[in-house]
Amino acid sequence: MSRVSAQGAVVDDAASRGTNAVPAYDVRGLHFCYGRPGVQDVRWVLRDVTLQVEPGEILGIVGPNGSGKTSLVKLLAKLAVPQTGDITLFGRSLTGLSQEETAQTVAFVPQESAQMFPFTVAETVLMGRFPHRHRSRWTLGFGWEDRDDCLAAAHAMATMDIAHLASRAVTDLSGGERQRTMIARALAQTPRVLLLDEPTAFLDLQHQLGICSVLRRLREERGLTVVIVSHDLNLASQYCDRVAMVREGRVCALGTPSSVMSVEVLREVYGCEVLIDAHPESGLPRITLPRQVVPFHE
Amino acid sequence: MMPSAGHPTSSPPALTSTSPGMVQTGDRATGYDRPFQGAILTPSRWCAVMGVLSTLALVLATLCLQLGTQYIGLGDIFRLLSSALFEPVSDNEAFRTTGVILLQVRLPRVFLGFLVGSCLASVGVALQALLRNPLADPYVLGVSSGAALGVAIAVLFGIGTTVLALSLLPVCGFVGGLVALLVIYRMAATYDRLPVHSVLLAGVILNAIFSALIMFITSIMEPNRSFGMMAWLMGSLTAPAYTVLSALSAYLMIGLVLLFKQVRVLNILALGEEPARSLGIDTERAKRFIFLLSALMTGAVVSFSGMIGFIGMIIPHAVRLVAGADHRLLLPASALVGGMFLMVADTIARTAFVPSEVPVGVITALAGGPFFVYLLVWRKDRLA
Repeated sequence: MSRVSAQGAVVDDAASRGTNAVPAYDVRGLHFCYGRPGVQDVRWVLRDVTLQVEPGEILGIVGPNGSGKTSLVKLLAKLAVPQTGDITLFGRSLTGLSQEETAQTVAFVPQESAQMFPFTVAETVLMGRFPHRHRSRWTLGFGWEDRDDCLAAAHAMATMDIAHLASRAVTDLSGGERQRTMIARALAQTPRVLLLDEPTAFLDLQHQLGICSVLRRLREERGLTVVIVSHDLNLASQYCDRVAMVREGRVCALGTPSSVMSVEVLREVYGCEVLIDAHPESGLPRITLPRQVVPFHE
Repeated sequence: MMPSAGHPTSSPPALTSTSPGMVQTGDRATGYDRPFQGAILTPSRWCAVMGVLSTLALVLATLCLQLGTQYIGLGDIFRLLSSALFEPVSDNEAFRTTGVILLQVRLPRVFLGFLVGSCLASVGVALQALLRNPLADPYVLGVSSGAALGVAIAVLFGIGTTVLALSLLPVCGFVGGLVALLVIYRMAATYDRLPVHSVLLAGVILNAIFSALIMFITSIMEPNRSFGMMAWLMGSLTAPAYTVLSALSAYLMIGLVLLFKQVRVLNILALGEEPARSLGIDTERAKRFIFLLSALMTGAVVSFSGMIGFIGMIIPHAVRLVAGADHRLLLPASALVGGMFLMVADTIARTAFVPSEVPVGVITALAGGPFFVYLLVWRKDRLA
């Protein structure tokens, strides 16, 4: 369970990919709602969610609007605390880890992030190094970034194709460029687990594909575990190892894309008919919307 | 990923590779911060900017010492200062009056102006980052009026005019400012966390209530005391005695240093609460600490100099345009510029309409109000 160093030193791949490896996440009996439980008619956002995320896998979480997908990744990132149930991260309970220890292992990219202040792209990406900063009594909290930090950030920026934007202010970027900056920040954090909430929402086709191939490559190279929330069923089908279907706060199907993406499951989850055939290249399920408009369920 | 032609990222670098692999990233990766040339704050740029600003501050301070109802030449200033430093009980006849003016009136006043300006600008920077709102300012949020209300109540009940005046007025200021922030916190805190926009709204409402209470207190006071009260409320920098001044400055310096220690945390908090948490910051604790520090500093400043508004908003904005958004430079640079700004504004206030003196709060409000409008109307894209 060696941690990834600033240069992204190799994780103990063999051990973490073995069959008896500690799961990256072990989620059991999770109940979550916003606000305080005990108040009458609580609307549970997540109800009895149990799932495991294997190290080095890409798990897709899909489901209709308001099904609790985003809440689930926020719980995984320790941005919110579940009312009941527990989450273990590589064998350690998330409640026992400090926010900082979590940040050294897990990076989270939010759905959208409006920026108020004109930090440059390079400064923003370098902030991903914050959990790995050197603490010293004498730096008065200034703590300049060192060589490793700059290399990790430069690398992440090259990977996300934003190196040419280094000195632009994040407030002046387009939505897609900002999204790539935020992903680069998460990569500069050199996490073992990367949580992405709708990473492709603002991206053009080229960069959607780019991100998916980067995620696969990082998985191959350093055993990065990825949990990705997406509305794009095809993307989930083609690029995820396993897919979790979430509906009304429950995981109602979990498995490989081929086993989960069926007309019946999608009808149950989304309440509408879709067409499914095999992808010409991969043979994995390909989801197409029908031509005839089906009215909303009920 | 999908690099444009001619871009040095054409071979997608592997994140696992160690430094030799890094060099392949591009021909530019020889010096460690070379890929970021001009894009990040470096220690050398920090030193350059702070050096220029410190020099400028010294020059302006000297200028402000010279100007006044009686002009004091540069040579006299240096001679008087050195005699004050090395022979404190100098009885030099020639400089007697000038010495009193310079050392007992002008010097403490210029120093107080600088200190108050620095603190207000720093608190402004901190609150803006915390609330992710470029319009935040202790004055706008009602922290200043809370502190002023505390002081006004103390004055109304005669606490301020007793022997304990020296120690009690600032304390009432802290309490008032703290109560203001706690009320804002309670009003805005839904569930466990603190949404940023409700804080600003809470501040606006609180400001209205506190202002009404202050006006009520002022109106039921004896006329001569209410006049002094009004003058103080509009903001004035009447020189205090050196004992008081040194206590105040020691207190504020500690506050400034504690705030400076939070610069990197402020950087991360400025990204937003969730990103800050996901980068490992205990946001609730950090916010509480910085809020508390802001309230204490504002309380101390207000009890001495009244409601001097808009410095906490204008200065960080102006500095951010020139020095960038990184709080490691933004905070200390804003402190220096804020100090200079108030020092100069106060010099204008006491020299422009001799023999009468304009409250310095009027000057800063006249400069800050239009700036606020400018930001709201022409830069609204940045305030979304």
